[in-house]
Amino acid sequence: MKNEFQVIADLIEKDKKVLDVGCADGTLMRFLKDNKNINIRGLEISKEKVQECIAKGLTVIEGNAEKDLKQFPDKSFDYVVLSQTLQAFLNPELVLDELLRVGKKAIVTIPNFGYWKVRFHLLLKGTMPVTKTLPDEWYNTPNLHMCTIKDFFHFVKSKDIKIFKSLALNNLNSSVINESNLGVKNLFADLGIFLIEK
Amino acid sequence: MNTEKNIKTLIVKKPLKLDCGKTIKDFPIAYETYGSLNSKKDNAILVFHALTGDQFVTGINPITNKEGWWSYAVGPDKAIDTNKYFVICSNVIGGCMGSYGPSHKDPDQKIFGTNFPVITINDMVNAQCNLLDHFGIDKLFSITGGSMGGMQVLQFISNFPDKSKTVIPIATTSSHSAQNIAFNELGRQAITADSNWKDGNYTSNETNPGKGLAVARMAAHITYLSKKGLQEKFGRKLQEREDLKFGFDADFQIESYLRYQGSVFVDRFDANSYLYITRAMDYFDLAKKFNGNLSQAFINTKAKFFIISFTSDWLYPTQENKDIVIALNSIGADVGFVEIESDKGHDSFLLDVPDFLSAFKNFLDKSYEEN
Repeated sequence: MKNEFQVIADLIEKDKKVLDVGCADGTLMRFLKDNKNINIRGLEISKEKVQECIAKGLTVIEGNAEKDLKQFPDKSFDYVVLSQTLQAFLNPELVLDELLRVGKKAIVTIPNFGYWKVRFHLLLKGTMPVTKTLPDEWYNTPNLHMCTIKDFFHFVKSKDIKIFKSLALNNLNSSVINESNLGVKNLFADLGIFLIEK
Repeated sequence: MNTEKNIKTLIVKKPLKLDCGKTIKDFPIAYETYGSLNSKKDNAILVFHALTGDQFVTGINPITNKEGWWSYAVGPDKAIDTNKYFVICSNVIGGCMGSYGPSHKDPDQKIFGTNFPVITINDMVNAQCNLLDHFGIDKLFSITGGSMGGMQVLQFISNFPDKSKTVIPIATTSSHSAQNIAFNELGRQAITADSNWKDGNYTSNETNPGKGLAVARMAAHITYLSKKGLQEKFGRKLQEREDLKFGFDADFQIESYLRYQGSVFVDRFDANSYLYITRAMDYFDLAKKFNGNLSQAFINTKAKFFIISFTSDWLYPTQENKDIVIALNSIGADVGFVEIESDKGHDSFLLDVPDFLSAFKNFLDKSYEEN
């Protein structure tokens, strides 16, 4: 399991009810179910991934986060998880609002466009960055709204969303982000993980 | 219509009050079982059949000598693995494969015909619940069915919220749409317009309204297929001829196919049963009793739901299946949903559609492991 999922799992207490939005093949769901006794549900757009989740014995709903989150009542989950997908939505702000309506808390992770390798790629090569967390070419990337850790940090603050915890992830190391180290973390982390609440 | 041998029957002594107000008692429910009930009695699956199905789910149907209607899904090592599960299926009341229906005789030994009480999906499942007592099953492992079978699944878990651990409605709806009712009405009109129908008082197989029933079946059959599926299978192909004949014989393969479907149906199905069962479907509106709030129909159940729809099903389209998912999510129920890619239309649930069968099997087997 990737380190990102381990960090997410560490943010969630045992026996909670969790919705994994864009749950893919259900790796995180299975881990949370097995190790933390989490009552877990998934929402996934890809039919193949939904099949993989069913084969793992997971409760998953085939659907699109931009349209299908509205069926869940307010605060019906303790946590709603969105891993590396916010930037792929047509309207990320609306999805973020929905996550925070459905979940008492939300855990959102974003691939950091401010990561030094990304910046160097564009600066030196002059082409759109392709990295481990951003593996696609400009013409086939699902990412419509790339942002940096700094962008997301400021965006969340401007919407009066409370940040409980923000972590910078670089390979196997995670560290806390705060106002004072934001610039540095924005340069050296390839992933940002935010535990937020509204 | 049915030969009495080969049909297992439970006589329900307990009176059953029907939605129409009448009460029936000492009535037969014809059923079949597959696999064996384990000692804990926790491996039973109640399967509900669709409009023209019957209790002979899989293997060779002893009455028609054809494969059972769900042979792709039910059997050893199949989606519903009869090595593992005990499968029960019964003919719906109003039907014509041995359960109490319009071809039965009233207390005065006269064939009911249209004097048989109008039944509903609710009546059907209330009657079938007696099978649980018969087998001494306190709680089923699963209930499942497609189309009208799915309607019975939804009604059953609403009526008996503790009676099943898992619930699998397939290609179905919680309420018959205007289009659904319209197609059923077309079928009923075809039957009642046949001069042999005689207000339902036809008496023998020779004088039954076979032409009307065949037309009803032909019209319905079109609704079970998709445009793409029909086009790919038949297109404009001609039936055993080089060119058009400039007449009204079956020039096209699709015409010949539909005529065949109509004619074989007449041999195995009773026209009055067709009227009764389509009526039951049209009356189905699960939310009605709950002032239009479908969620309330499921408020008392802790069962785990898995809902399946098909992309090319325009009779019970994905959205109508999703409406059930939405109703369940809004009360925090445990519900999974998948829409299966298939161009075989509504009939997909009866056919060899691998993605469907594997999802179905995985859900059942994984849920059973967690038991």
